Amino acid sequence: MPQLVRKGVRIDDSFAEAFPMSGTGLIITAPNRKWAMIAAHTMTGFATSVIGCGCEAGVDAELSVKETPDGRPGVRVLLFAMSSKDAEKQLVNRLGQCVLTCPGTAVFRALDGEFEIKVGDAVRQFGDKWQISKALDGRRYWRVPVMDGEFLVESKVGLTKKCVGGGNLLVMGEDWDTTMRATEAGVEAIRGVAGAITPFPGGIVRSGSKVGSNYKGMGASTNDAYCPTLSGLGTSVLDPDIGCVLEIVIDGLTDAAVAEAMRAGLKAIIALGPKHGAKRVGAGNYGGKLGPFHYHLKDLLP
Amino acid sequence: MKPFLFALRQEPSQRLDLSRLTPDRLVGRTQKEIEAIDIGTTKVDAKVADLFKVRVGDPRVLHFEGGSERLDLLGAKLLPGFTIHVEGDVGAQLGRGAQGGTITVAGDAGAFAASGMTGGHIDIGGDCGDFLGAPLAGEIAGMAGGRVVVGGNVGQRAGDRLRRGIIIIEGDAGADLGARAIAGTIIALGAATGRIGYLNKRASLVLAQGGDFGPTYVDCGAHHFTFARLFSRALGEDSRRASRLLSQKLRRFAGDTAVLGKGEILTPA
Repeated sequence: MPQLVRKGVRIDDSFAEAFPMSGTGLIITAPNRKWAMIAAHTMTGFATSVIGCGCEAGVDAELSVKETPDGRPGVRVLLFAMSSKDAEKQLVNRLGQCVLTCPGTAVFRALDGEFEIKVGDAVRQFGDKWQISKALDGRRYWRVPVMDGEFLVESKVGLTKKCVGGGNLLVMGEDWDTTMRATEAGVEAIRGVAGAITPFPGGIVRSGSKVGSNYKGMGASTNDAYCPTLSGLGTSVLDPDIGCVLEIVIDGLTDAAVAEAMRAGLKAIIALGPKHGAKRVGAGNYGGKLGPFHYHLKDLLP
Repeated sequence: MKPFLFALRQEPSQRLDLSRLTPDRLVGRTQKEIEAIDIGTTKVDAKVADLFKVRVGDPRVLHFEGGSERLDLLGAKLLPGFTIHVEGDVGAQLGRGAQGGTITVAGDAGAFAASGMTGGHIDIGGDCGDFLGAPLAGEIAGMAGGRVVVGGNVGQRAGDRLRRGIIIIEGDAGADLGARAIAGTIIALGAATGRIGYLNKRASLVLAQGGDFGPTYVDCGAHHFTFARLFSRALGEDSRRASRLLSQKLRRFAGDTAVLGKGEILTPA
């Protein structure tokens, strides 16, 4: 594969291929950072891939007391799914089971989209007719009595169909430690980009997949071309100096957010250099025929 | 562009109906046409030109120079995006049925201010008469949205049958504040007397001064309310004192249990 070199790191002349998704988000606040984060992590747990989890979700940003509607510490979480129906189902389920249950929390909308999802209007009935609503500046909130006080939840949150899922970087290094160091640096940089999340564990996936399988009925299987233990075989695309490959998958509220996240990740990975970090960076695609969004690495280089 | 100005020539000899002078109804009209509008309420003619000196300007921003307690229905059915400022007093039914926009009155307002209002913002610098936000005779519900801030005192039955919206009273409230309120929020920073929240269904009355609310309000203890923090932040620009009151730990008296009982009176703990 033709390559460019930046600071000794080889960059594939390739592109990430991404897909349109429906996205929504919440601002979760709590009396302190700890419990806001616990709610956010619980809600976005088991949300790595739409294939098996129904949605992809993650923490977008931690918010200071000045940035939240109620002046308490908060977290903005984003949730993406293949359809608005899936997004609504997942959000309401996760809100009901993970945030309503979490001590001290309150929930507000994180974005205004073309559509709205009923969240408070769905969980309010937990209040068994003791719930009361409050309207403020054209937005409605439900106060649901719970055992630690009240659960305050906005009646509706925004949903947009303009989201992009599947931006990615394939980080290739000599061994697990150096590759992980570079990938972690990339994820850390992406964390600073607003409107983009990395839904996999710690933002990193090691089981990158290809479309199709040798088994009947399996839609996806291991990306053998990038498996280092198969590197000597004809199907491999790995160079002899690559012993580990990790992938960062990015979902964003907009096309620009995904591009910005990939740019930030690439910059951080390259800054680490090939000795202590990655030797090569690539991107996953399906030949450009499946997804309408293409992010060419050469356009995103620092 | 300068605001559209109406300067009062002298104290009107009759009550005036200013509902025809809201900014949205002046757009596209010439000065002559505006000056010919009849705003009288008696058999005696009262044209705009007889009572006001008119200076044409941006019709989205109306200024009234000089006020009178005979200027009724000012800003009635006001629409979003329009602004009215009065340098003086106004009469009854200020902002009656307003749907949006902003009305600021430097002086006092008469009875039934913000009656039937569904949106917008009314700021009264002075005192306000009886029945603030209340329904007129025969109407089921009172104010149903928007925000009213009164810098001074208000008369009796403020927030009567309040349906939705926020009323902030920085001074004292007359008897029966929030009586028959259906929902919404009333914040009173001065004293309140009479049957406070009488037959209140779902409204929140936040009072800076506690008191005896009668046997149909039941003490539910002192709590930190997240919704109060949300309101505290949102109301900071309208009233700093109201914002401070809402940020405190509040004691909740649930009621009026003589009716639905899902409302409350909140006072500092």
